[in-house]
Amino acid sequence: MTDWQPGIGLDRLRQRSRVLAELRGFFQQRNLLEVDVPVLSTTSVTDRNIESIATVSGSYLQTSPEYFMKRLLAAGSGDIFCLGKAFRSGEAGIRHNPEFTLLEWYRCGWDEHQLMAELGELIATLLPAVAINKYSYAELFAKYFNIDPHQAELSSLQKLAVEAGSSAWSDDSRANCLDLLFSVVIEPQLSDGLVLVYDYPACQAALASCYSDAQGRRVSRRFEAFLNRVELANGYFELTDGQEQAARFAEDQQARKIAGKTEMVADQRLLAALESGLPECSGVALGVDRLLMQIEGATSLDQVMPFSWDRC
Amino acid sequence: MANYSTNEFRPGLKVMLDGDPCSILENELVKPGKGQAFNRVKLRNLKTARVMEKTFKSGESVEAADVMDTDMQYLYNDGDFWCFMEPDTFEQHQATENAVGDALQWLSEQDICVVTLYNGAPLSVTPPNHVELEIVETDPGLRGDTAQGGNKPAKLSTGAVVKVPLFLDEGEIIRVDTRTGEYQGRVSSK
Repeated sequence: MTDWQPGIGLDRLRQRSRVLAELRGFFQQRNLLEVDVPVLSTTSVTDRNIESIATVSGSYLQTSPEYFMKRLLAAGSGDIFCLGKAFRSGEAGIRHNPEFTLLEWYRCGWDEHQLMAELGELIATLLPAVAINKYSYAELFAKYFNIDPHQAELSSLQKLAVEAGSSAWSDDSRANCLDLLFSVVIEPQLSDGLVLVYDYPACQAALASCYSDAQGRRVSRRFEAFLNRVELANGYFELTDGQEQAARFAEDQQARKIAGKTEMVADQRLLAALESGLPECSGVALGVDRLLMQIEGATSLDQVMPFSWDRC
Repeated sequence: MANYSTNEFRPGLKVMLDGDPCSILENELVKPGKGQAFNRVKLRNLKTARVMEKTFKSGESVEAADVMDTDMQYLYNDGDFWCFMEPDTFEQHQATENAVGDALQWLSEQDICVVTLYNGAPLSVTPPNHVELEIVETDPGLRGDTAQGGNKPAKLSTGAVVKVPLFLDEGEIIRVDTRTGEYQGRVSSK
C-alpha cells in the first residue's frame, strides 16, 4: 500500500502554508477579526443543490461558516473572517473535494462592489500580475447568446440549454438552464486572470438581497469570481430581512421535497439572528484549494492538497 | 440491459448513445457553487472512432452497451474476413475490414490482440502495444552512421511504413510501438 503517503511534495506543502499565512496576514492587517466557528451543528443549509454530510448522531458537518458568522455579525462582531474547513457530500472531481478549505469574510457597511474590489486586492497580493475584469451577468449573456437572461422567456432559455447540454434540460427551471449555459458556454471563454461577475438573476439570489437595476430588471446583489476560468468565490450584499429569508428557506424545502431529496430543517437560530438585526454588510466565500491550484499552475485539486479524497 | 448512473461513470465504461456503443474517455463533475451538478463526458464512438463531448445531468442514467474486450489470437485472413480465436475456448470470430481498421497494418498471424465484441460480433481490434516486424523495403543502410540523427521510411512485412534510423537495412527485425507508429529499436539482424 503506497497511498498512505501525501499526494503532494514538501514544496507544495510549504507553498500551502505560505498562502494560508498570507491570507491571514492580509485580513489581520486590515483589522478584521479572525473567528473559528463550529464545523459541526444540529442544522445545516436548505440549499436545493448542496448536500450536507450527516453524522450518525444526526448532526451535520457545515457546508460553509456563513450561518455562524452571520450570528456573530448580528451580535455585533464587526468585520470578521474565517479560514477553515467546509464539507459537501458527493462532490469529488478535479475541482471538487468533499472536504475543502474555505475563506469567508464580511465587511459591515460595504456594498458588493466594494467587496469585489477588496477581493481583487487580495488576489493581486498573491498573484501580482493578475488581470482583473468585471462584467454584469446580463452583459455576458448579451455577448455570448444575445439574450437578456433576466427577461428572456423560459422556453428560449430551455431551447439554448438543450443545444448546449442535452434534451434533459427541455423542461428545466430558469436557474438550472442559466447555470448550464454559464458553465458550459461562457465560463470556458472568460479571459485569463480574475473575472468578477455581478448582478446575478433574481432566481439565483441564494442569500443575497435583490434590487431593480437601471433597466428596471429585478436582479440579485450576488457576485461570483472566476480565476483563469475556474469558479473561485461567491459573494453577496447580504439579505438582512428575516421574513424574506424564511420564505426562501421554505421555497428551498419545497424544491427539495419535489426532487426527492433529504428534508432539511431551516436554521431557526439564523432566522432569529436576522430578526434581531443583521447589520448591512457584504460577504464572500473563496475556495482556498482552487486558489492554490491557480497559484501553482496545477490542473486538479489533488495536486495541491496533502490528502485529497482518494487518500482519505 | 443494465443502466449506469452518472456517478458510476469512469474511463473505460461502455454505454449506448444515440444507438451506438461508446466508451467513456473522461468524466468531469461540474457543479456551480449554488447550482445543479452535471457531468461533462468525453466519449469515443466505438463504431466510428469519433470522439465527442456530452453533458449529462448528475443522476441521469444511460443504457449500458453490450461491449466486451477479449484477448484473442489472430489466425489468418481469408480474403474477406480476419479470423480471431479465443485462446481458452478456441471459439473463432470473423472480423470485417472495417472492424480491423488501422490494426490491419500491424497484424501478424499468432499475435494476441484485444478484440472488442459488440452484441457478440467483433466491433474493433486493438493490436499489441509493441510488435516486432521485418523491414522488407528501405533505402540501403549507411554503415557507420549510427551516431548521426536523421531517418528514412521503411516498409514492414505487414505493410506498415515507419520512420527508422539511416543505418538499418532490409531484412532486419525492428520493434515498433503500434500506438504511436514509432520505431523503438533493432531486435536482430539477419
